[in-house]
Amino acid sequence: MFTKRHLVLVTSSITALVVLAACGSTSTPAAQGGSGSNTSNAPTASGAAPTDEEQPLDPSALVIYNAQHENLTQAWADEFSKENGGVKVQLRNGSDLEMANQIVAEGADSPADVFITENSPGMNLVEQAGLFAPVDPGTTSQIPAQYSPSTGKWVGVAARSTVFVYNTSKLTQAQLPKSLIDLADPAWKGRWAASPSGADFQAIISALYELKGADATKTWLTAMKNDAAIYKGNSTVMKAVNAGEVDGGVIYHYYWYGDQAKTKENSSNTALHFFGNQDPGAFVSVSGAGVLASSDKKELAQKFLKFLTSKKGQEIVANNVLEYPLADITSETNKALKPLSSLEAPVVDPASLNSVAVTDLMTEVGLL
Amino acid sequence: MSLAGLVALVSLVPIGFVVWSLIQAGPERARALIFRPRVGELLLNTGFLTILTMLACTFLGLGCALLVERTNVVGRRIWGPLLVAPLAIPAFVTSYGWVSVVPSIDGLSGSTLILTLAYFPLVYLPVAGALRTIDPAWREQARSLGMGSIRSFVSVTLPQLRPALLGGCLLVGIHVLAEFGAFQTLRFSTFTTAIYEQFQSSFASTAGNMLAIVLVGCCLILVVGEYLLSRRRTARVGAGSPRVQEPIRLGRWMAPALLALSTVVIGALVVPLSSVAYWLGLGGPAVWTSSVWSAAAATLKIGAIAALMVTVLAFPASYLAVRRRGVVSATTERISYLAGSMPSLVISLALVTVTVHYLKPIYQTQFTLLVAYLLLFLPRAMVSIRAGLAQSRVELEEASRALGKASFVTLWRVTLPLAAPGIATAASLVFLAVTTELTATLMLGPTGFRTLATRFWSLTGSIDYVAAAPYAALMIGVSVPVTFLLLQQSRRVLGR
Repeated sequence: MFTKRHLVLVTSSITALVVLAACGSTSTPAAQGGSGSNTSNAPTASGAAPTDEEQPLDPSALVIYNAQHENLTQAWADEFSKENGGVKVQLRNGSDLEMANQIVAEGADSPADVFITENSPGMNLVEQAGLFAPVDPGTTSQIPAQYSPSTGKWVGVAARSTVFVYNTSKLTQAQLPKSLIDLADPAWKGRWAASPSGADFQAIISALYELKGADATKTWLTAMKNDAAIYKGNSTVMKAVNAGEVDGGVIYHYYWYGDQAKTKENSSNTALHFFGNQDPGAFVSVSGAGVLASSDKKELAQKFLKFLTSKKGQEIVANNVLEYPLADITSETNKALKPLSSLEAPVVDPASLNSVAVTDLMTEVGLL
Repeated sequence: MSLAGLVALVSLVPIGFVVWSLIQAGPERARALIFRPRVGELLLNTGFLTILTMLACTFLGLGCALLVERTNVVGRRIWGPLLVAPLAIPAFVTSYGWVSVVPSIDGLSGSTLILTLAYFPLVYLPVAGALRTIDPAWREQARSLGMGSIRSFVSVTLPQLRPALLGGCLLVGIHVLAEFGAFQTLRFSTFTTAIYEQFQSSFASTAGNMLAIVLVGCCLILVVGEYLLSRRRTARVGAGSPRVQEPIRLGRWMAPALLALSTVVIGALVVPLSSVAYWLGLGGPAVWTSSVWSAAAATLKIGAIAALMVTVLAFPASYLAVRRRGVVSATTERISYLAGSMPSLVISLALVTVTVHYLKPIYQTQFTLLVAYLLLFLPRAMVSIRAGLAQSRVELEEASRALGKASFVTLWRVTLPLAAPGIATAASLVFLAVTTELTATLMLGPTGFRTLATRFWSLTGSIDYVAAAPYAALMIGVSVPVTFLLLQQSRRVLGR
C-alpha cells in the first residue's frame, strides 16, 4: 500500500514540479501599453511586438519604476527608444509612495534603474535611504535650480499646481475660499471633496506640513476627516464637482485642462480657482526623476534623464498631459494654462517634503 | 505525503504572515493601529455590507430558484442559464457598468446592490440544484397529511435546502470580504480598500498589516461558522429519487413572477452588458489597441498555466482526501481551505512582504504570482476533483489492481478517466478565476506584465470609461463560454 501511494504521489509531484519549472522559465509578453486615455486616436504600442520568449524582466531593458501618469512615461519611453536604436524600456506602474517604499524595501537589489514620481515626497524618501546616484550635471542644468533638490540626487521633470475646482452654479467668485486653510471651517462641511489616499493630495499636505507645522496640519486634517467628501482619484473628485455632488474640490490643474481639451464631459460646469498669494493651496508640486545607485545600467539611465529634461522631453510633458514643463520651452498646447510664473506659489524646497510624517498623521486622524 | 505537507506549508504563509507582522509591530503599535476609530468605521462598513449582501443574495437566490424549479413560470429553460450568467461578469465590471451610466450609485446601498447582483448566483446555483435532487416523496407525504403548501415548504423543503442555502450564503460572505475592485467606483471604504490605500501610501507597512489582521479575523469567523454549521448537516442516504414534479401553477401570479425574474436579469446582466456595449460603441475601432491584445494574450496564457498547475497539485491531495481519509489529509484540506478563504489582498501582501525581504530570487516573478493563485484557488479545485472522485467507484480501481495492474497503470487507465469530469471542472474554475483576478496580479506581477483585469482597473481609476470597455468586453467574452462549460459539466460543483 505504502509504496503504491508513494508512486501516485511521486508521479504527480514530479509532474507538478516540471510544470512549475516550466512556468518559472516561461515569459510573458511585456505589454507595452499604448495610452488609453486618448480615445480619439489612441497611439499604438511602440516598436515591434515583444516575442514570447522574452523574460518578464528583460535583462537588457531599462526598468522604470513609474509613478507618473502611465501615458506620459510611455510617451517618453517610446520616443527615447526611437532615438536610441530601439532600446527596450519597461515600466512598472504604481503610486509615488508605494514605489518609493518599495524601492527602499528592495534596497541594493532593486530591479529599478530609474524612478519617476508625480510629486517630490517619494523622491526624498528614496534619497534619504541613500539609494540615488547623483544626477549628471549636464542634466540638472537644463532645469531651473529651484525645481531640483540642492543635493543633486534627483531632478525635477514637470510641475503641477494645486487648484480648487468649483461648480459654477453652486459658488460665485465671492464665495470661494481665500485659503486652503479656510476649508477647515465648519461652514464648508460636506461641501468640498478630495482624494486623500492619492500621492497628489499627500504631497499637498506635506507642503502644508512644511509651511504651517505639525499641529496646524493635524487640526486641518481632523477637520477634513469630519467635513470633506472623500473620493478615490482626482478625476473622480472633478467629476463629482461637475455633477454638483459637492461645491468644490482640491485637485491639480491638469485634470481640468485635460478634460477641457477633450470632451469636457467631466468639467463643463466647473471653473478653476488658483489660491495664489503664497498660500499652501497654491503649492506647486514637482515631479522628479532619479537614477538608482544599484542600477547596472547607470549610463543608459542617466541618458534617459538627460532626455526627459531636454527640449524634446519637456515638449512631451506639455503636449501629453498638460502638466507644466520646467525647461524654458514654448508650446502651443501649454498656452491654455495659467503661466507657471504667475501662480504665486509658496516657496517650498522640494527636498524638504516629508512623506512619512504625513502618512502617519493621516493614519492617526483616520483618513488612511 | 510530502506533497500534501508542502501544500499545507505553503497554505500557512498567510497565517504565518499575520503572526509575524504582529510580533514585528510589537504590542504597543499593534494596539494603537488596531484599536483606532478608523478600524471601527471599517468594521461597521464591512460588517454591514457583508451581512446585507448575504441576506439579499439568500433572498434573491432562493426566490429565483423556487420560481424556476418549482413553478410553471414561462421560459423555465431560459431563466436558468440567465440567472447563472452573472457569474461570468466580475463584480468590478458590474460596478463599472452601473456607475458609468448611473454615477449616483455609491456607498453602502450602492455596494450592496452591485455585490448582490454579482454574487446571488452563488446561492441560486446550489439551491436550484438541491431543489432538483430533493426526493419529492417527503413533501407529498406532508401534503397528504393535510399540510398546506406553504407549511409543507417551511417544515419539509426548507430544512432539506439548508445545506445548499448556508453554503451559498457563506460563500457570498467570503466573496464580499475579499472584494476590492468594485469599491473603487462605488466610493465605499472597506478593509480591502483601506489596506490597498495603506499599500499605496507606504508599500508593505505595519498599518496595512494590522488592517489585514482584522480582515483575516472576519474571514475566520465565517469559515469557522461554516465548519460548525456543516457538521450539523443531515446526511443524505442515497441520492433520493428525483422525479419530475407537478409544478406549482402561478395563475395570476405569473406576471409578477416574470417581472421579478426580468428585473434581476436586467440588473445583473443587461445593464452591465449594454453599458459595456455603449462605451465600446462610443470608442469605435480606435480603442482596440495593441495593448488590449497583448493584455489578452498574457491573461489567457497565465490562466492556462495556472489552471494546469493548480489542477495537477490538487489531484493527489484530493485523491488522498477521498480514498484514504486520515488525519493528515483532513488537516491538509482544512488548512488549504482556510488559506483559500483569505482575501487575495492579504495573500498578496504576505507574499510581497516575504519575497521582498527573504526570497529575493522569486520576488516579482511569475512563480510568486502562481504561488498566490495556487493558494487562492487550490481549495476550489480540490472541491471539484473530490466530487468527481467520490462519484467514481473505488471498486473499479480495486478490480484493476486485483487483476494485477500496477498502481500507476490503474491511475492512468481507471482513476483518471473516471475523475476526468471533475478535473476538467477544476481546471476551468481556476482558469476563470485567474482571468479576472485583480489584486494579486496587481501587486505581485512581474514588471511589464499586464492582464485584462489590471489594465481595466487602471483605466477605470482615471475614469476613462471608453478605453476600459474593450478590456471589460474581453473579460466577459472569455468568462462566458467557460462558465457555461462548467454549468453543463456539473451543476453541483460550482456552488461550493
